[in-house]
Amino acid sequence: MNIFKLSIKNIFNKPLSSSISLALLVLGVGIISLLLQLNTLIKDQMDNNLRGIDMVVGAKGSPLQLILSSVYHIDSPTGNISLAEAETISNNRMVGSSIKILYGDNYKGFRIVGAEKKFIELYKGVIKEGKDWDNPYEVLVGSKVYEKLKINLGDELISSHGLRETGQSHDEGTFKVVGLLKPSNSVIDQLIITSPQSVWDIHETHDHDEHENENEHEHENEHEHDNREITAMLIKFKSPMNIIQFPRQINENTNLQAAVPSYEISRLFKLFGFGIETLSYLAYLIIIVSGFSLFINLFNSMRERKYEMALIRTLGASRFQLSTMIIFESLVLTISGFILGLLFSRFGVMFVSSLMEESINYNLNSLKILNEEYWLLGLSVLIGVVSSLIPAIQVYKMNISKILADA
Amino acid sequence: MLKTKEVEFNYDNQMFFKFQNIDLNSNENLLIIGESGVGKTTLMHLLAGLLKSNSGSIKLFDKELNQMSSYQLDSFRKNNIGIVFQRPHFVNSLTVKENLQLAQYIANKNDNTRIESILKNLNIFEKSNKKTNQLSQGEKQRVSIALAIVNSPKLILADEPTSSLDDNNCSKVIKLLKKQATDFGAQLIVITHDSRLKKHFKKSIEL
Repeated sequence: MNIFKLSIKNIFNKPLSSSISLALLVLGVGIISLLLQLNTLIKDQMDNNLRGIDMVVGAKGSPLQLILSSVYHIDSPTGNISLAEAETISNNRMVGSSIKILYGDNYKGFRIVGAEKKFIELYKGVIKEGKDWDNPYEVLVGSKVYEKLKINLGDELISSHGLRETGQSHDEGTFKVVGLLKPSNSVIDQLIITSPQSVWDIHETHDHDEHENENEHEHENEHEHDNREITAMLIKFKSPMNIIQFPRQINENTNLQAAVPSYEISRLFKLFGFGIETLSYLAYLIIIVSGFSLFINLFNSMRERKYEMALIRTLGASRFQLSTMIIFESLVLTISGFILGLLFSRFGVMFVSSLMEESINYNLNSLKILNEEYWLLGLSVLIGVVSSLIPAIQVYKMNISKILADA
Repeated sequence: MLKTKEVEFNYDNQMFFKFQNIDLNSNENLLIIGESGVGKTTLMHLLAGLLKSNSGSIKLFDKELNQMSSYQLDSFRKNNIGIVFQRPHFVNSLTVKENLQLAQYIANKNDNTRIESILKNLNIFEKSNKKTNQLSQGEKQRVSIALAIVNSPKLILADEPTSSLDDNNCSKVIKLLKKQATDFGAQLIVITHDSRLKKHFKKSIEL
């Protein structure tokens, strides 16, 4: 038996009032920690997919939409741009490297992207099984796609037109799986990637349905008088300084649109940051209420227990030991509230991430403790100390002789 | 062993008590008897170091209580004095055994065999793991005696241990207290208004 054990016994002796304070704290800490986790995970995920892309060029429209579609692959593209115009930009001396990407089809809801091979290098994609594509209609499949759809090497995938599952299906659009990619924790995990040529071919065929006998070589010849299109181009500058003037030049002087991902994403965060802020104020309020409930519990139980406090003193315990016991009781509750709150938020993150994976093929699953959560621990301890301070001081100043004489 | 001289105490200048001198040798038990309102409980609290007198001297085991700090008094109490209260008090969240372990912990002791032997001696060993609010009145009284003697005090102070008991039980409890004191080598001071106890003590003073 010791003072610490006694504190715990006292907590369990009053299960109802203890669990109310605890529940409030778990809720408050849980919500804040959940918000912090989600915010960080989404930001990390977004930044992870952003590396190496300074600017995106695509058709005119919403810049945010352009970024979401061509960097994060979660929105529809703004439209197509002509390959020739894109080439002009990629030849500009300020451009370090550029990657052209095209959309057109999907396979069971997963997007098929036509892209240059640099696209896979950009996301550090590594082939786990099979080989790179050599011919049109050969595809590499991202890890989440083959895990979810149980696709194996050599399978044939019949694509549908558009980016949603419901699109019209091309009988001609049969892709052959030649390689599977290792999980890279980036967007390519949920993409099916092929050469730009495949996408051009499939839509040429589609557009000229009446001339069904035409073969591929004739198509390639057609491209000589170039009317080919791409969806967007991902650009990295030679010098970071170019990010200021080059996008404006494009937007003012061409009928293309240039968008800067880092700028658009921070704008997006500002938008839903407001909601997060409101919710976290609410959660801080809950934590403060839990502090009050803790204080009231301790204060009441101290009154009920004044004879046993007096007894403990007559047994020879010092004032200090008794006050420590009160503070302990409070701290045990707040610290376990903090731990349960973190568990609560981790389950919350897993739940949200399973929801998000369903809808936008994203996965958020790192459960490390954030720096802000250490602050939350500090806050919990502070609440524990502050709410037990007055009861502890009262116990310290208790007149045992008077209490015993009144008995 | 106990020597008091001209002890005076007043509560907020309203009630004033002046106590007669006490001189008690080692190996003697003492009955202090007095009507309600003469300051019995006050005297007991003074002897236990729970209160400090305004003037006079209380010398217990050759230590002057009036000269000790509150912290020294706590420490003196846990090493030398066991108290039996008029109404038994316990830590309600703990079992009988845990209450006794807590008392030992406070006095920096840890001796489960002593707890067992005390509980057996008091015939409440089978209640060891019961919460204190599940005990009968008589059992509670015996547990409070166990709490008073668990740390082997040299002096047991009992405040009205028999006031609410019938003759039969009164005699049982006082015999039990005297036996425990003798068994565990402690002196006993009983403070009461209960004149039935006179016949059990050789030495008594009247307030």
